[in-house]
Amino acid sequence: MQVMLGSLVGVLAGALVPLGAAQAAEKIKVGLMLPYTGTYAALGTAITNGFKQYVTEQGGKLGGYEVEYSVVDDESDPSKATENASKLVKRDNVDVLVGTVHSGVALAMAKVARDTKTLLIIPNAGADELTGPLCAPNVFRSSFSAWQPAYAMGKIVAERGHKNVVTVSWKYSFGEQSVAGFKEAFEKAGGKVAKELYLPFPNVEFQPFLTEIASLKPDAVFVFFAGGGAVKFVKDYDAAGLKKSIPLYGSGFLTDGTIDAMGGSGEGLMTTLHYADNLTNPKDQAFRKAYAISYKMQPDVYAVQGYDAAQMLKSGLDSLKGAKFDKDAVAKAMAAAKIDSPRGAFTISKAHNPVQDIYLRKVEGRDNKLVGVAEKALADPARGCRM
Amino acid sequence: MDFVSFLIQVLNSLQYGLLLFLVASGLTLVFGIMGIINLAHGSFYMVGAYLAFALTSMTGNLMLAIALGIPLAFVFGAILEWALFSHLYKRDHLEQVLLTYGLILIFEELRSLAVGDEVHGVTIPELFSASIPLSDNLSYPVYRLVISIVCLALAGGLYWLIQKTRLGMMIRAGSHDRDMVKALGIDINLLYRTVFALGVALAALAGMLAAPISSVYPGMGSSVLIISFVIVVIGGVGSVWGALVAALVIGFADTFGKVLLPDLAGLMVYLVMAVVLLWRPEGIFKKA
Repeated sequence: MQVMLGSLVGVLAGALVPLGAAQAAEKIKVGLMLPYTGTYAALGTAITNGFKQYVTEQGGKLGGYEVEYSVVDDESDPSKATENASKLVKRDNVDVLVGTVHSGVALAMAKVARDTKTLLIIPNAGADELTGPLCAPNVFRSSFSAWQPAYAMGKIVAERGHKNVVTVSWKYSFGEQSVAGFKEAFEKAGGKVAKELYLPFPNVEFQPFLTEIASLKPDAVFVFFAGGGAVKFVKDYDAAGLKKSIPLYGSGFLTDGTIDAMGGSGEGLMTTLHYADNLTNPKDQAFRKAYAISYKMQPDVYAVQGYDAAQMLKSGLDSLKGAKFDKDAVAKAMAAAKIDSPRGAFTISKAHNPVQDIYLRKVEGRDNKLVGVAEKALADPARGCRM
Repeated sequence: MDFVSFLIQVLNSLQYGLLLFLVASGLTLVFGIMGIINLAHGSFYMVGAYLAFALTSMTGNLMLAIALGIPLAFVFGAILEWALFSHLYKRDHLEQVLLTYGLILIFEELRSLAVGDEVHGVTIPELFSASIPLSDNLSYPVYRLVISIVCLALAGGLYWLIQKTRLGMMIRAGSHDRDMVKALGIDINLLYRTVFALGVALAALAGMLAAPISSVYPGMGSSVLIISFVIVVIGGVGSVWGALVAALVIGFADTFGKVLLPDLAGLMVYLVMAVVLLWRPEGIFKKA
């Protein structure tokens, strides 16, 4: 029923907007630059699915504009990023760039977007810089900054009475930014990070660190790992017997898409992210049903971020009322938008990053079950952003 | 570092080093005896891990999966040697690198098509799933001890095979003078095929053993490949004994490097390599 209602509303909205418009034949070219091969292929596909689902719900149009796609597989390869992005902008003349997952590639895309003044919506990459020092009037993010979930977790860990914490992470910018965000909130709340352990990406030989943690005896451990590394860390942590004595916390990437591979080792882990598996808002329920029908699989946080990238673009295009595409007007309207996301409504910060609720989740069975809201409407501090 | 932690770190170093030895031994055999630079060796490790995953989900038992997986990997290696590597012996190293690099890409793509890009877990057999308490809050998983014991046994077995058996004698002779061995009436092609298949089986076995503790994921072969080359170079190309010593050196350097000099954790292995090569440019155990 909700699906039907949702699509009905979608069709109505799609049909109503062009009514007031001068004419409906205007097109908008969207350049999707995402990974479709390699480790992040599943993420790129989920983002694309989410984006297209929203466009379909709108009757194939965004704000009355016919949507035309140019698609590039960025292979998560930063060395090809500038060329790929330039190709979309200069050869394909896209009006909007949408991408990507890998922060290194996204940084290059942001540079191209700044240089060519093309509108860019980042549907995943969390590097703080993108909406920090590198922020620009035409660069938006529909996902999160590395700082956000980690900062929320710092507060939670302190609230749970832990005073003395060890952090473990891969030594690259996203990991370091996560640890920094955690540390900021945790130490502000009176806790102390006893030691920060780092290992080179994508090294997964954790055993020495586990021994080190056992001998330091902290109250809790905060980690950033994702994918295969997350699975291995959690399993090793459990096998070393540490899970029983020293609670483990992380940002949501630790347990998103990895629970099955962890076997039972992940059970009970608490993480923070801007999405959870059993949100109760109607928007999310409609979204999940429609997604499952269209793509024969359950959506994840990446699909949500793709869906919201399309929503952000629509709110920008709506302001044109069918007139010729004007990216400055679109950007201005996007910045002021309130997005009714499956994750819960969010607004967009001055630095163009979502101001969103960060949820505390707990692994139960195969789900990241919602425990509560860790931080309400958390805005990234956007340090270094001059805009 | 207190004494107990120190002991546990020694155990960690041994276990890591021994597992690395298992991968590197096959690489050094193929490199030293057949003169082939095989960049796809890490892929065999990955193939092993995925075999463990697939066979364990089919049979429900990792040990059974390994028993099935070893002959499969051996046959796979023999077929690869027959179809591709046998044409490389007379070619120069650049061509070998090109082919074996291509194989990495092909194996990754096939893996992606066959099982997808998700991370998979393999359950540790019931028998070895316990942990031994070592300090008040740290226990050492029995399965890691088992890995160490299996690797040690294999190191012994390889030593016996190469030094004490007729096959080993032929292998050693073949590495010195291919044509002379052939002239003596030994089927050198079959010999090479056996050595290559053995190398593949060793790497795959390492992957299968590691699957439960490392999980199974795309690209898992590449980091192992780099470290294996470091071990082969430090140990001396072609020396199985050298590979064992070098793997242990790397195991200790990496483990203690992470704890004592965390800022240099990523560099430690390469620093050790640089120091060893300054001291002995041909590796610790130069091929006799």
